[in-house]
Amino acid sequence: MRTRPKTEQVTERTSSPLGYPSSLLAPAETYESVTDTIGSIVLTRKHPRSWLIGFAIAFSLLLLLQAAIGYLFYKGVGIWGINIPVAWGFAIVNFVWWIGIGHAGTFISAILLLLHQKWRTSINRLTEAMTLFAVACAAMFPLLHLGRPWVFFWIIPYPDTMGLWPQFRSPLVWDVFAVGTYFTVSLIFWYAGLIPDLATIRDRATTRARQVIYGALALGWRGSAVHWQRHQSAYLLLAGLATPLVLSVHSVVSLDFSVAIVPGWHSTIFPPYFVAGAIYSGFAMVLNIVIPVRKLYGLEGVITMRHLNNMANVMLATGMMVAYGYLMEAFMAWYSGDIFEQSMMANRAFGPYGWIFWALLLFNVLAPQALWSKRVRTNLTALFFVALSVNLGMWLERFVIVVTSLHRDFLPSSWGMYRPTFWDAATLFGSVGLFLTLLFLFIRFLPMISISEVRELVAENEKGKK
Amino acid sequence: MNRGNSRYGLMAEFAGHEQVVEAAKRAYQQGYRRMDGFTPFPVEGLAQALGHQRTALPLIVLIGGICGGIGGYFMQWYSMAVDYPINVGGRPFHSWPAYVPITFELIVLAAAIAALLGMLALNRLPEPHHPVFNVPGFGRASSDRFFLCIEAGDPLFDPAATRQFLESLKPESVTEVQE
Repeated sequence: MRTRPKTEQVTERTSSPLGYPSSLLAPAETYESVTDTIGSIVLTRKHPRSWLIGFAIAFSLLLLLQAAIGYLFYKGVGIWGINIPVAWGFAIVNFVWWIGIGHAGTFISAILLLLHQKWRTSINRLTEAMTLFAVACAAMFPLLHLGRPWVFFWIIPYPDTMGLWPQFRSPLVWDVFAVGTYFTVSLIFWYAGLIPDLATIRDRATTRARQVIYGALALGWRGSAVHWQRHQSAYLLLAGLATPLVLSVHSVVSLDFSVAIVPGWHSTIFPPYFVAGAIYSGFAMVLNIVIPVRKLYGLEGVITMRHLNNMANVMLATGMMVAYGYLMEAFMAWYSGDIFEQSMMANRAFGPYGWIFWALLLFNVLAPQALWSKRVRTNLTALFFVALSVNLGMWLERFVIVVTSLHRDFLPSSWGMYRPTFWDAATLFGSVGLFLTLLFLFIRFLPMISISEVRELVAENEKGKK
Repeated sequence: MNRGNSRYGLMAEFAGHEQVVEAAKRAYQQGYRRMDGFTPFPVEGLAQALGHQRTALPLIVLIGGICGGIGGYFMQWYSMAVDYPINVGGRPFHSWPAYVPITFELIVLAAAIAALLGMLALNRLPEPHHPVFNVPGFGRASSDRFFLCIEAGDPLFDPAATRQFLESLKPESVTEVQE
């Protein structure tokens, strides 16, 4: 097999007049080289030892999740730290955190497609997969939290023998529809984009089993011009449909809180503030995954510094929106003159969970300010740690919203404390294991970059050379 | 069809996407209609050059979305206001603002499913086998080569003349496609 040209140095040096890394694709890439680079990860290349180590760690955490869920089903939700007044503990914190992470994928795929942001091309497949896995992790938590998870289907409308319907005025039922639709539409979008690439893998597969499996998944795609025309039309329409959907999902999740009258939840700023936070944490997770993956698989020619720089910029912008949300929450608590809002805010900053609030500001507001510096944005290690800090910060934010708002509401007689147990932590880390396991399998068995879309970039590159 | 001979058509192979679009335009000018291009990525203008101006897909998606929206709203109105009305704090049974989120989600859901299934149905996929796969080297249509196939079913198709025409377009090769 042909060896791929060393492209990293070339890429880094190609700079625009502003001094920003400008190229979306290393100049030496051709149709064949991108097919090779991306397709061979699935087909021929020996996987790095780090894949095996990473998979082993992820799978161990997945086993921990299984144990945690098994014990939960045996014993009940009492194994978690939840009680009255804090009935929504880690499960809901994790739910909101995961679903937020699941926002970057569709944002990158759909909104950036409609805005003609070509840099999305090399990262959209990976981030769409990330979305699916994150939403799968998220969807698990409300079900586990149900108390009687075996009758979860009662929230789905069907003509049951009890003659009952779900209460469609409840945001919790809206949630089921929003998350269910989001998962389904993301899956359709992802699969529609995968079909031509599965055909590429089918045509290059050498073993019978792979030819049959990838062939079946490719549905007999043959690259016909008429098929492409309809495929492109469908893809564009799906992007148009997914765009308002992305914005709706976290808005609906935020209504779970803001429709209630609990101080700290009952706020009109929640929907936009949740959506900004979702995209913020989503991009942070993309960076945390893409930085090691491009290094391990030699994808520097396809996922260039320009991509990382752009993602860092999006993170900085959405981070500032989230910071504005924090500021406005505090301002409105004071400005409203509402004694409960004011004491909620005082308790959030100086109460028993106050240290979490300050940690949140450190990880989520202060640390990302480093991204103003181009040196940080183009330094892989620094960028990785800033993104990690944001992921941690966003988890703490959800903890602050859920737990500190609930533990002290209107009546001091009903105040209480929430202390997570071992099983709370086991479920959280276990869900990370589920996410990473799925991600490792995806990288191993499916093309993680859209080959056909990168070919379009190659075609443009060639035009530029002429 | 050529007297029981199981010929599907003639396939020309090109190295670049501009050549295949040019070739398709020329073939259309010659009067060929039953033909198709095969490319590793969506080549702009190729379907148009082959005479396929528009697709019915947007209409299918629109119909899907309308069905989802009407069905979703009807489900909520029927269950909340007709079949099992519950008085929540004296609010009206037909409290339409509360039905908006689910109606919206179902519009998107139904339209997206219509987009995928509509695309597959119009393309007649899944279709595990097709004569073009018999062409040696056709595997490169999913990597770095661009193909134009004129089908034997075209009224103007003539084995010798069509081959000559395709060769005049300076392809990498011209191959007969067996049924």
